[in-house]
Amino acid sequence: MGVKLLLDKANVPGIRTYDVYRREGGYRSVEKALKEMTTDTIVEEVKKSGLRGRGGAGFPTGMKWSFIAKPEGVPRHLVCNADESEPGTFKDRYLMEFLPHLLIEGLIVSSYALGSNDTYIYIRGEYAWITDILEQAIDEAKAAGWLGKNILGTGFDCNIHVQRGAGAYICGEETALIESLEGNRGNPRIKPPFPAIQGVWMRPTVVNNVETLAAIVPIINLGGEEYAKIGVGKSTGTKLISACGNINKPGVYEIDMTITVEEFIYSDEYCGGIKDGKKLKACIPGGSSVPILPANLLLTTAKGEPRYMNYESLSDGGFATGSMLGSGGFIVLDEDQCIVKNTYTLARFYRHESCGQCSPCREGTGWMEKILQKIETGKGEMSDIDLLWDIQRKIEGNTICPLGDAAAWPVAAAIRHFRDEFEWHVNNPELSQTSNFGLQHYADPIHVPA
Amino acid sequence: MATIFNDTQMTEFKRLVARYPEGKQKSALLPALHLAQDSFGGWLSTETMDYVASLLTIEPIEVYEVATFYSMYNLKPVGKFVFEVCQTGPCMISGSDNIIDYLKKTLDIKPGETTKDGLFTLKLVECLGACGYAPMMQVGKIYKEHLTKEKVDSIIAEYKAQAANN
Repeated sequence: MGVKLLLDKANVPGIRTYDVYRREGGYRSVEKALKEMTTDTIVEEVKKSGLRGRGGAGFPTGMKWSFIAKPEGVPRHLVCNADESEPGTFKDRYLMEFLPHLLIEGLIVSSYALGSNDTYIYIRGEYAWITDILEQAIDEAKAAGWLGKNILGTGFDCNIHVQRGAGAYICGEETALIESLEGNRGNPRIKPPFPAIQGVWMRPTVVNNVETLAAIVPIINLGGEEYAKIGVGKSTGTKLISACGNINKPGVYEIDMTITVEEFIYSDEYCGGIKDGKKLKACIPGGSSVPILPANLLLTTAKGEPRYMNYESLSDGGFATGSMLGSGGFIVLDEDQCIVKNTYTLARFYRHESCGQCSPCREGTGWMEKILQKIETGKGEMSDIDLLWDIQRKIEGNTICPLGDAAAWPVAAAIRHFRDEFEWHVNNPELSQTSNFGLQHYADPIHVPA
Repeated sequence: MATIFNDTQMTEFKRLVARYPEGKQKSALLPALHLAQDSFGGWLSTETMDYVASLLTIEPIEVYEVATFYSMYNLKPVGKFVFEVCQTGPCMISGSDNIIDYLKKTLDIKPGETTKDGLFTLKLVECLGACGYAPMMQVGKIYKEHLTKEKVDSIIAEYKAQAANN
């Protein structure tokens, strides 16, 4: 049983309510931070903790906080990114739905550290019922004196507001989120200026993911150094993984980043193995944008060492033989899944979600979708595979925001590791409509097929 | 239906606007459009959008460009219940194709269409963040997860009964 810092109380009956949450030790970090710490020492503790942004990019949170500009007389804002939209990712939803006060607690401490008197939670529009849960938690916290004016008599004022989005993946990108919060289309801004200098309403702004802000609570309670002792290397603390696809136990798991991928997939404590006794074919370990890996490269690195569920190990080998921890959206594909079709649905997703500002992304995502649909429906030609490769290369790095890269990487990785499956589709236009390529080259090397 | 918020809706609208700094009332546009869509028949007519623009003292074009950008705003009339079925990767590998086919057959409509009785609209959507509970669809504020054909049957029956009781 690994260490649990976020979900340790998730199964306590009634933990969603303020009274139970408080009885279980909730809001201690607010008392400690506001009464015993200065804003600078809080930022220092977060730096010491080694916490990295849990939304996907993995940027050190303490460093991000230290960038915020503090011009005289200009309000600053903390914005919580709850726009969770990366396919395969549903961890923030779980956290907000079952432990809303944990997020509120983390938000109060973080707002204090950053000097935000009005903090916003930008939540994806589809999570409508969670908006109600959060607003209720905010009302309860306010009634108990943790929000509002002069909190704990320290002179610090803070209010938290929840704004629903309206269906746009791109609003998970922080500058698009800011545009959306201002009532505009979610078109990402060109950086610089970074939000820390000019964010929402051109005021200094920090945008952090839900899980990142919840992790501030154990960091304050334990101290940054103690938090950093959990995990390994630069993967400190715990990480929520949302596991889905063809596994026995889909769900949200908190891991301490020292376990192997093999243990995560096959142990009963986590995914419980592949569904219906089938064999593992491939996995997208960090949300749909990160490279898909065939079973052999997922479980062991190219050097043959076990692969671990952390930032460094999952990216070992770069994009040639590795992937990324990303958002922790762990998508498992069994032997019956078609890589071409899976890649096609993801390409369609990115075409649908491209904001349309940058030509390479707007045109490229639609072009990739059409070619993939052509191959998937048995009308592909061999030259289409090279064309796909060419298009994704010309999107990557050529757009304002990372959505272009996010659309390019899944296509690139699918061709890199499963080119023979694409060729099989082209060579077998009829057969590919009724059966699939299966496991031909990429069986799991540890759990050898019987 | 007159396009004017009633008292309850207007109170909610004022609460939304009050969350933002003075002069930044445009920030309330997305929540205001949700409120308007819920208040005026489940979709946003030009009249509705112009009304929201006037309330926020912004230009109508600022509302149109936002309403056309986000997928949750319906720009034409929809059925009483909208079935928004996820079709992205994780749902697809968990069998969403079968659910979509079954819904098409059972409701006898194509995605984007509404049943003749005006009850159901079928909409195919991209990832709704329910990947571990796939296949799934959203109906109004609610997620219906772990869908099977039997479950789809009972969901349709549930909403038909709900409509009959109203």
